[in-house]
Amino acid sequence: MSDEPIVQMTGITKDFTGVRALDGVDFTLRPGEIHAVMGENGAGKSTLIKVLTGVHTPDAGQIRLDGRPVRFNSPKAAQAGGISTVYQEVNLTENLSVAENLFAGREPRLGPFINFRAMRRRARALLEDIGIDLNVAAPLGSYSIAMQQLVAIARAVDIKAKVLILDEPTSSLDRDEVAVLLRVMRRLAENGTAMVFISHFLDQVYEISDRMTVLRNGTLVGEWESAALPESDLIGHMLGREAATLEQIERQAGEHKPDRGEPIVSAKGLGRKGSIAPYDLEVHAGEVVGLAGLLGSGRTETVRLIAGADRHDSGTLAFEGKSVGSHNPRTAALRGIAFCPENRKTEGLVGDLTVAENMILAMQASKGWARTVPPAQRSRLVAEFIEKLDIRPANPDLPVKNLSGGNQQKVLLARWMLIEPKLLILDEPTRGIDVGAKADIQRLVTELSGDGMAVLFVSAELDEVTRLSDRIAVLRDRELIATLETEADMTSEKIVDTIVAKGGDQ
Amino acid sequence: MSTDTLTERPARSTLFDGLSRYIPIGATVALLVVMYLVGTGNYRNFGEPQVVANLFVNNAALLIIAVGMTFVILSGGIDLSVGSVMAFSAMSCAWLTVEAGIPAETAVAMVLVLGTVSGAATGAVIHYFNVQPFIATLAGLFLYRGLTLQISDRDVAIRDNAFFDWGMERTEFGNVRDGGFSLPNIVFIAGAVVLIAFVVLHYTRFGRGVYAVGGSEQSALLMGLPVARTKVGVYAVSGFCAALGGVVAAFSTKSADPLGGLGLELDAIAAVVVGGALLTGGAGFVLGTVAGVMVMGMLSTIISFDGRFSSWWARIIVGILLLAFILLQRVLARSGEKRKT
Repeated sequence: MSDEPIVQMTGITKDFTGVRALDGVDFTLRPGEIHAVMGENGAGKSTLIKVLTGVHTPDAGQIRLDGRPVRFNSPKAAQAGGISTVYQEVNLTENLSVAENLFAGREPRLGPFINFRAMRRRARALLEDIGIDLNVAAPLGSYSIAMQQLVAIARAVDIKAKVLILDEPTSSLDRDEVAVLLRVMRRLAENGTAMVFISHFLDQVYEISDRMTVLRNGTLVGEWESAALPESDLIGHMLGREAATLEQIERQAGEHKPDRGEPIVSAKGLGRKGSIAPYDLEVHAGEVVGLAGLLGSGRTETVRLIAGADRHDSGTLAFEGKSVGSHNPRTAALRGIAFCPENRKTEGLVGDLTVAENMILAMQASKGWARTVPPAQRSRLVAEFIEKLDIRPANPDLPVKNLSGGNQQKVLLARWMLIEPKLLILDEPTRGIDVGAKADIQRLVTELSGDGMAVLFVSAELDEVTRLSDRIAVLRDRELIATLETEADMTSEKIVDTIVAKGGDQ
Repeated sequence: MSTDTLTERPARSTLFDGLSRYIPIGATVALLVVMYLVGTGNYRNFGEPQVVANLFVNNAALLIIAVGMTFVILSGGIDLSVGSVMAFSAMSCAWLTVEAGIPAETAVAMVLVLGTVSGAATGAVIHYFNVQPFIATLAGLFLYRGLTLQISDRDVAIRDNAFFDWGMERTEFGNVRDGGFSLPNIVFIAGAVVLIAFVVLHYTRFGRGVYAVGGSEQSALLMGLPVARTKVGVYAVSGFCAALGGVVAAFSTKSADPLGGLGLELDAIAAVVVGGALLTGGAGFVLGTVAGVMVMGMLSTIISFDGRFSSWWARIIVGILLLAFILLQRVLARSGEKRKT
């Protein structure tokens, strides 16, 4: 497998408005290997990939493809050179059909006209090849995100790529879909395609990759054979610090027993047609209530009703014992309910504003536009939270869009912590972010509840829910099916059992 | 089922999906039919074929310009300069022929090239300097109107010119007095523009690229599509159509009016939206635009047949229709989103 490298990047350096994203990084990819690029968010993985795919041009360093020096200045040029990419977010167009998305820009033609029949036939054959069966004439937007992702991969595969880059392709896929994807990757590797694989799921990385390159803070830590690098060492290399934080949190949550009493928020028969069946839920001060369930089970819908993001059409909602009348995100914020939505890019942060401005937004809104936050107080608060949450780079004047996912999430958290809410609702705060930031956020949740804040916590990771929550509400098929008290012997298996058992009842 | 093959059926009821993407255009066509029935039921002679034929005759220039606008709107842009470009090209044609003594054919060819090139230039400004299409084309709106008035602030008449006479020469279909109708050549020009636009939008890479860019410019770029060429291209198409619209207007009136086409860009946008295209881009049909233009023409026809209402009622109703169609699109889009979460 270690013949001539197909891609050789040496001394790659890239700066963004004063931030060095990559500093002299080397990367080698050999034919037919699956090579994982590992690192925390902000380590420079995405930048490295974007340099290789022509989205960014490096400030220094050299890229060799098949031994020849190359310089791509657009994704199109990289594609022509044989480098295809599947990004974390599906980068296809929902309004065109599946077949058109597969062949956009290289449609089979008859004279100047697109040969739709040939295109559909080839699309079907291509999808069959990788094991999916769709109506290729239907618009892509009518399929689930997971399926769209697989279509994106099929497209990249068909471009006869010598190098295929998969940037977090599995983050929106369920287990079966991941299995299909990994099977496709293996088949491609056997045919000699070299792949760069980026994923936060360590088990997938170990299952599929031959080799790993680890980055940290924009510099190269090293390259290892996957089989020769134990997981604990990998995490150590990625974090560059003792990774025992996660275990500590577990113990804290176990010891911490809130005194019940008046609930902060109490929902009775709260529901919304077509989104979530009526449910009862209480959250007390100093309590972490976790919401567990599969994707699409109604976790997000449950918290959106409490946050006032969606209007409920049945039941009542009481806040600190008082029944709530008009309920929308603004009145909710005034009552002290803070909601961090799932999609931080579109629903939470304003990308072009700076870190400081994003943090101060909610606080300013709660004071009204006429009473500005004095600059001195503002910079003191911002500096305090940047340090407390370990936001990197620690520059309050940087546009927030230049930060990595994990750090953006921290900025969003800081925004709500500034107004000192009584109830903090976190919808998938740790999705798609690295181990270090995850640990920071989990630690924070524990601390906040220790200070008496009520927290409603949604996560797809059962281990995380189990570790942090005092009580766990279990959802299935848009219905709250059980509320479990977290005792010392609580395990994620118990949650799974609850979900499965209720499914069997019906 | 094993994990060997993953099957998924497309979910129903998204705006882009199967049938529901035809809902807006279906509504427009239904509206057209209802209006026609109302007309024939209430007014004598409304049912004569020449009445429908005149819809195309009276709106040939608007139709051509709206087709160009369809390209721009499908790509997610907007072109406010078309009314001024139309007046400018009509005026240039007339001036070059009448005052400068250039052969009419040459003058028309020059004007069409100029319209295309200036459209492409606007597109280049929009794409390469990342300027809002609204602003870039608003500049064109003032620029070309000013230039037109600079050439002449009065009507310029084109008399006794064989080439310009050709535009309104009629071809008869059946006996006009007995259930037949006749169409002038400008309607065939408009028809050809619609046909070519339809084929280009649906069956060529450029056309599908327009839809892709309108669906998501970022995605189109990452898919390696020629985004720059597509965006410059749609404004070039719109510029060409606006110039051709000016030529057709000169054909039909045998003159050039420096204030002609005032506000026509808004009529064109309205026709495209009533025809079912999304203003955000990526969804719509050129045949929908034809239906949109017909709806607006039919409204004026009904009002003039009735005679009791002032012609401004056509505007009021177009306003209401626009609002209704935009709301319809929102409702459809929302039902699509709901399904996805």
